[in-house]
Order: sequence, then structure tokens, then C-alpha cells
Amino acid sequence: MKVIEIKDLVKIYNSSEVQVKAVNGINLDFEEGEFAAVVGPSGSGKTTFLNMVGGLDRPTSGEVIVGGTNIWELKSRKLIDFRLRNIGFVFQAYNLIPVLTARENVEFIMHLQGRDKHERNQRVNELLTAVGLGERMESRPSKLSGGQQQRVAVARALASKPKFILADEPTANLDSKSTENLLDMMEKLNKEENITFIFSTHDARVVKKARRVITLDDGKVTSDEKK
Amino acid sequence: MIFQVSWRNIWRNKVRSLVVISAITVGIFAGVWSAAFFKGMMNQRIDKVINTELSSMQVHEPDFRKTSEFSNYIPDAEILADQIREIPEVRGVSNRMVVQSMVASAETASGVVILGIDPEQESKVTNIYNKIIDGAYFDGVSRNPVVIGKKLAEKLNVKVRSKIVITLQDLDNNIVSAAFRVAGIYTTNNNIYDESHVFVQHSDLSNLTVFPIGAGHELAISLNDNQTLPQVQAQVTQMATGMEVMNWKELSPEMSYLTETMDMYMYVFIIIILLALLFGIINTMLMVVMERTKEIGMLMAIGMHRAKIFWMIIVESVMLSLVGGILGIMVGALVSKIGETHPIDLSMWAEGYQSLGYDSFVYTTLQPELIINVAVLVIITGVIAALYPAYKALKNDPADALRIE
Repeated sequence: MKVIEIKDLVKIYNSSEVQVKAVNGINLDFEEGEFAAVVGPSGSGKTTFLNMVGGLDRPTSGEVIVGGTNIWELKSRKLIDFRLRNIGFVFQAYNLIPVLTARENVEFIMHLQGRDKHERNQRVNELLTAVGLGERMESRPSKLSGGQQQRVAVARALASKPKFILADEPTANLDSKSTENLLDMMEKLNKEENITFIFSTHDARVVKKARRVITLDDGKVTSDEKK
Repeated sequence: MIFQVSWRNIWRNKVRSLVVISAITVGIFAGVWSAAFFKGMMNQRIDKVINTELSSMQVHEPDFRKTSEFSNYIPDAEILADQIREIPEVRGVSNRMVVQSMVASAETASGVVILGIDPEQESKVTNIYNKIIDGAYFDGVSRNPVVIGKKLAEKLNVKVRSKIVITLQDLDNNIVSAAFRVAGIYTTNNNIYDESHVFVQHSDLSNLTVFPIGAGHELAISLNDNQTLPQVQAQVTQMATGMEVMNWKELSPEMSYLTETMDMYMYVFIIIILLALLFGIINTMLMVVMERTKEIGMLMAIGMHRAKIFWMIIVESVMLSLVGGILGIMVGALVSKIGETHPIDLSMWAEGYQSLGYDSFVYTTLQPELIINVAVLVIITGVIAALYPAYKALKNDPADALRIE
């Protein structure tokens, strides 16, 4: 089943003198349960592409269709709601709320969704246990390693029960052991719970694990390999 | 959960928050204490107006206050006074003669108001008997005793048992004069009053001026509780047909006006303090949102509505303001409470204060409604302070904010 359909996606940045085509006509579909990596050199348009798919950066033209809805036709308020209920984000710099514990960081997004306390507690326990942080639930981000923080970020992304997870260079700030652990965990969630992961990366280890590798160059898809 | 996040965010940069909280605490303390100080000062002045100078209410012949004519008296003043004493809320009624006259000592003379009183009746209305600093209240002098103010005594250069001559016009417009002997010297700490008010016995003054028995120029009325003033005034007005009945606010409109404007000035003062603090809070909140641009971008990205982020920043600003505000109110209230029993000594400037009728020892008066109003004003300040920083925070695009390193 198609989770995302991307049609003729274009993003042009207009500076005072030059026009930069960051994304230049991308057409892609993503199926449920994919574990896909978007790769390419710096400036190839990976982050811009993910931001447009995630409803964060408005494309100059083209469509991003999720569950039959072109998300860029939604009004700003509806789009925020759409992100809250359909998309999980994992950022390169983890971006956890530093004043909240691991548990609270994961719970926060469910609180925004208006889930009740009991449901929140149950899911937070399940998720943090699943990412291997059952013992560190009450720790604040500053007390966790980079790898652990990124696991909390993955748990947070999953907490909202999204249709897919977008991860922008999730391992860029991690050492090799943490990268290995994080990838194993994401792969396990992908396989066991059929969660769709799309991540941009430079990291060869990530590319190795991915079952689909999309290569971008100058804002265009230059290859799309399924393993 | 937003309250929790906002509260914890305050303590992310403890030093910065504590600096702004301290500024708010000091500012609010200053506002609350000053308000209590000036309220106390005003209350003491009003208390003096009622209990020493004017009494709660006065009855006159309608033309008397305009003309001060000796002949404009209340013929059955004593009968009316007896009727008024029957009202349960009334503490006392003093039937006074009030005459503009001249007093002279061996050295000099001065224009004064002579109040002919029954000392016993008067002591139920005003507390001059309590303000004697030398001699006694109509005691120790057998013939024509007089009680004068300290300031007048200094001016005339007289002491207790000194002789002074009072000269006035009687009912037939004849100039009459008589020698009186100083029985007591009082001070009310209001120099103007002390210099111009002289007390003699009603009987002595009426004998001198051939004044009708039982008549008087002024009935001064005191109440057990001043809250009952409007209702008692209505009753007295009914009894005193054809007479003018006025309460202290009507007799001394400048005092009533001063009290109201003083309350207003206090709020203006507090608002000015808050306005100054407002800029400090805005500065802090601007730093807060600029530091957290990326975090706010992340919150928007994961699906937190702008309205909720706006609310979160407002809550943080209000909490920051309230911590300082509550501390300031608590310290201000505590110091003001202590000041209710331990007066502030301004005797260094006593001369200046007393010439305006104010005490040089000020007891603070803390009003509960002031505390509530200040707390509300602090909340409003917190909200206003957050508006611009919150607006600035929300102007960012989440994708741009997330790119910040």
C-alpha cells in the first residue's frame, strides 16, 4: 500500500541575483513498511526534499500525497495537525526538550494530540522499553549520551503513531557503536511493527542497512535501488 | 504539561531569571510598601480630622458657615443635642459656641476661633483633652479657664496660668473683652489648627456675650462607628429641621478629594514601577525565545500549534513575573504589617509635616484589595511583556529554525 506519492516536486530558492533549484522535479512513491535511505552529496537537496515531504518547507510546485491528501493544499493549521497525527520526525541534533525527562519528552507529543494520561503512560513505557531506555526514563537529555538521546527522539517520533517517520541524518552526530545500535533498533521496529522509515544520510553504514537507496544529485533522483 | 514546561524553562538560566525576579521583587515591594505608607498617613490625617478637629458630622444654622455671624445660632441647640444623643450609633454631641475673635497677651495679639464648649460633652466628641502637654484640661484654674494650642502659646509667649484677654463682639454688636487664664496647652501636631483654635467653657463665653441659654452655633457629633455615617446623617437631618447637617467630607472636601486622589496616585506609582519592570521582562523573554529558536522550530515541526507555543511563552513570562511579584507582595505586606504597630519616625522633618497637618510618626495601613490589584497588575505585565517576544518566536519558519546550528 502506498503511503506517500510524490509528483513533480520542485523547490526553487530565489536569492537577489540567482535562482537555485534545490529540488528539481522528483517523482517517487513510498510503500508501507519501507526502510529507505535518501543519499547524495551535500547540497544535493536531501534535507529540502525531506522537509517538503514532512510538510515543513513549501514546494515551489508539485504534490506530496499522503493517504489521498495533497498535504500542500491543506491550510496552515490543518497542516500542523496533519504533521502531528501522521508524521514522525527525527532530527540530526536530536532536538529533545532539555527541561523534560526522557519519559516527558515522549509523552509531550501525545499530550499535544490530546491522548489521556493512562494511554500516554502505557505507550511511553512500551516505546522507551522498545528503544532500550526502560531504565533511563526519568533522566533528562543532558544526562543521556548522544545515542540515547537519539533513541528517545525515535521513541518520540513513534509516540504519535505516525504513518511514516522522516529522519534527517539521524546518525550524523553519533559514534559508530551508537549508530549501530540505533540502526538495529530502527530496523527491528521496521520489521516487527511495519513502520515506514525514510532517512537522509551520508553514512555508509546506514546505506548498507537500507532496503531502498534513493540517490539525489542537483535536486534530481539519479538512482533508486531496491535491495 | 505546558505549565510544567514553562515553569522548568524559567530555571534553565537560573542567574538570568533570578536577576529579573529580584528586580520585580524590589519594585513590587517598593510599590506595596509606599502604598501602605501613604494610606497610613492619609488615614491618620482623616482620623485626626474626625477625632480632633471636625468630628464626624456638624449641625449649623444654614447661614452660619457662610457668614460666621454670631447671631446665626441654633436656638434650641441643647434640646436638639439631647435628641441626637438618643440615636444609638452616636457616641457624643458637643454643643459649641463658635466665635471669631482676638486673643492678646502682654506681648502680642492673634486672631483665633474661640470654641465655647462643655468640657465633658466635648471629650466625647474630640480628643483635645488627650492632647494636653502642659497644665490640665479645664482644671486648676477656677475662673475663666482657657485651653490653647502650643503654637499659639509660643506666639503669644504665654504659659500655663498666664493671663490672656479675649476680645469679641456680643449679640448686640458691642465689643466685649475678658481676661482668661491658661489652664492647659494642647498640641494636635497640626500647627495651623493649634495656632487658631482656643477652647473656653460654654458658660463663661455665653455669660460674656449674653448668649441665650441652651443655644449654640455648632453641634459636633461623633459616632461609635464611622461606617454608620450616612444613616445617622439622614436621621439627624430629619431631627434638625431647617438646619444644615454636614459630614466631615462635606465640611472638609479637600480631605475627601485628597484621599481619593492619593489612592489613584498610588496606582499610578505602581504602574510606573511595573512599566519600568516591563522592559526588563521583555528583554529577558526576548533572550529566551532567541536562544530557543531551534527548539521552538522543532515544536512547530512536530505539530505544536502556534497558539499553544504563544501560550507557553506567555505562561513562562507570567510565571517569571509572578514569582517576583508574589515575593515582592509578601515582603511588602510583611514590612507594612510590622509598620502597623511600629511607626516610621519622621520627626526629623516634623515641622514640615505638622505644618501640613500630618503626624511625624506614620503607621502604615495595608489594604487587602491593594494586594489583589497589584497581583493582577503583575499578571497583566507578564502577559504584555511576552507579546512581542512570542510574536517574534512565531515568525520563524520551522524549516529555517531547524537549520540553525
